[in-house]
Amino acid sequence: MATATETLPGTTPTLTDGPGERRGRDRFHRGPLRWVLLVVAVIVGLLMISPFVIMLLNAFKSPDDYSAHGPLSWPTEFYTHGLKVFWDRVDFPVKLWNSIWTSGLVAIFGVALSLLSAFAIGIGRVKGRLWIVGIFLLANMLPQEVLVYPLFRMMQNIGLNNSGWSIVLIFTVIQAAFGTYLLSSVLGTFPRALLEAASLDGANRWQILWRVVFPVVRPTLSVLLIFFFIWTWNEFFIPLVMLTTNDTQTVPIALASLQGDRMLDVPTLNAGTLVSLIPTLLFFLFFQRTLTRGITAGAVK
Amino acid sequence: MSSAPATLPPQDSTAPTTARRAARRGSGRRRWVPSTYWLYLIPGLAAFVAIIGIPFVLNIWYSLHKWRGGITKMTWVGLDNYADLMHDDQFWQSFRNSVWMIIAMVIIPTLIGLLLASLLFDYIGKHFSGRVASFLRATYYLPQILPVAVAGILWNWILNAQTGALNQILKTLGMHNPPDWLGNPSTALPSVMLVLIWIQIGYPTVIFMSALQRVDPELYEAAELDGANWWARFRAITMPQIKPETFVITLTCTIAALKVFGPIYVLTRGGPEGSTLVPSYYSYLNFFDKSKVGYGAAVATVLTVIIIVVASVIQLLQNRSARKEERGA
Repeated sequence: MATATETLPGTTPTLTDGPGERRGRDRFHRGPLRWVLLVVAVIVGLLMISPFVIMLLNAFKSPDDYSAHGPLSWPTEFYTHGLKVFWDRVDFPVKLWNSIWTSGLVAIFGVALSLLSAFAIGIGRVKGRLWIVGIFLLANMLPQEVLVYPLFRMMQNIGLNNSGWSIVLIFTVIQAAFGTYLLSSVLGTFPRALLEAASLDGANRWQILWRVVFPVVRPTLSVLLIFFFIWTWNEFFIPLVMLTTNDTQTVPIALASLQGDRMLDVPTLNAGTLVSLIPTLLFFLFFQRTLTRGITAGAVK
Repeated sequence: MSSAPATLPPQDSTAPTTARRAARRGSGRRRWVPSTYWLYLIPGLAAFVAIIGIPFVLNIWYSLHKWRGGITKMTWVGLDNYADLMHDDQFWQSFRNSVWMIIAMVIIPTLIGLLLASLLFDYIGKHFSGRVASFLRATYYLPQILPVAVAGILWNWILNAQTGALNQILKTLGMHNPPDWLGNPSTALPSVMLVLIWIQIGYPTVIFMSALQRVDPELYEAAELDGANWWARFRAITMPQIKPETFVITLTCTIAALKVFGPIYVLTRGGPEGSTLVPSYYSYLNFFDKSKVGYGAAVATVLTVIIIVVASVIQLLQNRSARKEERGA
């Protein structure tokens, strides 16, 4: 997850407007080979989405239908009992809300914390900043197992065990460690002239942060916001340990806790997987451009 | 890691520092008294110390004790837990499996991703349309954005011996005794690896596609005029040009492979017979299942050390290769 970044996300060209459109005149332009290659690419695509297709086919198929006709047949009737069982058993709206509010707060707090620290490091050039950034970078490499038991005990001591707030606290800091590292290098290249002009106009630090720096880096912050949200949403290990009862668990944990249940039949499991995937899928479709920009920007130092 | 090393003056590594120092002197009327900027760092540092710093140190402290967790008594044992690890077959097994995880999450996806990215960029994007290439890229990337635990649960069902989709299909094809993919020690690890490859492929593909856009098309045109075929162009131009991205992918995916937990938890829980046990799951098992907190903490600490060492080695190799390139330019 810790994609090292020193480029401002948003500066990478998108796929279609890159250079190279004009060299389309080699011998592959016509002829059968290009169709063969297209077929190969499409087959790989089909293989990648085949688990989802199988899931869709079996989410609304009755158990009898499944044992009679197998996973690849079209359902003989639109069977929604599996979905209903899953929805009621895990109390899905509660799980959905738990995921939304914890991930949302982590995204907001994480970005705010990253911006404050990066302001001190990138713009303020505080002493020892290389050390600080280095430690934050190192923290990104830590396996969560090395933190989980002490955190578990700490949360027990302050009464936040089995509470979504423990997730908010922990992941705000974990995401901000990455965000600070990324934003610090972005702000390190911030145009000094802008800052000096602002301070000549009598702006103090706080005003410079919100009126000068914030508007300029807003695109980067929005990419960070989206990533923090989706990363926290997808988190598994720490929520699994911290959230122990039905009313606090998040969507991925809810589905995992159903595993091994003997009563769980095929449509229930597939319908459960389907509704657990829908929120992230919608999010992906909605923010696809921003996400791709962010991912690719991360790789080019 | 400069993406355009050719533009840097060779042998003059001190130039940027001197320039910066001169610039700093030039703007001698600095209004930024650095000291008060610390105020903005306080919330971030305090939170970091509380949530990451202290727990990290406490975990090392736990690892020096025999402790069953909770309110039971902690007994100081020094480095005994670490000494026990050295003779623990499961511990070694988990790290052997980490090598397989690296193959499944770094090596194979990077190779396939590179192929797919050049396929999409060189052929599909140009001879059909950018739209088709974007759409295919989205299908490859889809498993990456979904919660890994949820995707794992879907696969757990597909690979299930009795009710799973794969074996149902194999049975209709006339196979009487399809294997118990996740329940048999000899097939469990390859099955888990397959799922991990499926999850990972999208990441290198997307990154390499953007890397390929960066390469100057005139280089290819010149090579083509010289009669270089696709493979020669790929080796002489593409591979050196996309080296920075290859390093980043290797670094981030290797760390992820060493840390992998979610897919193992939902697919096999490390079984059968420890055939898919990984260090992170082994430490979880000790913490919360066997109540051997000190031992689990020791496993986690060793894992951390290994991750940092591996990451540093990759970073070192990268720096060396970048330096070599700069000298060569």
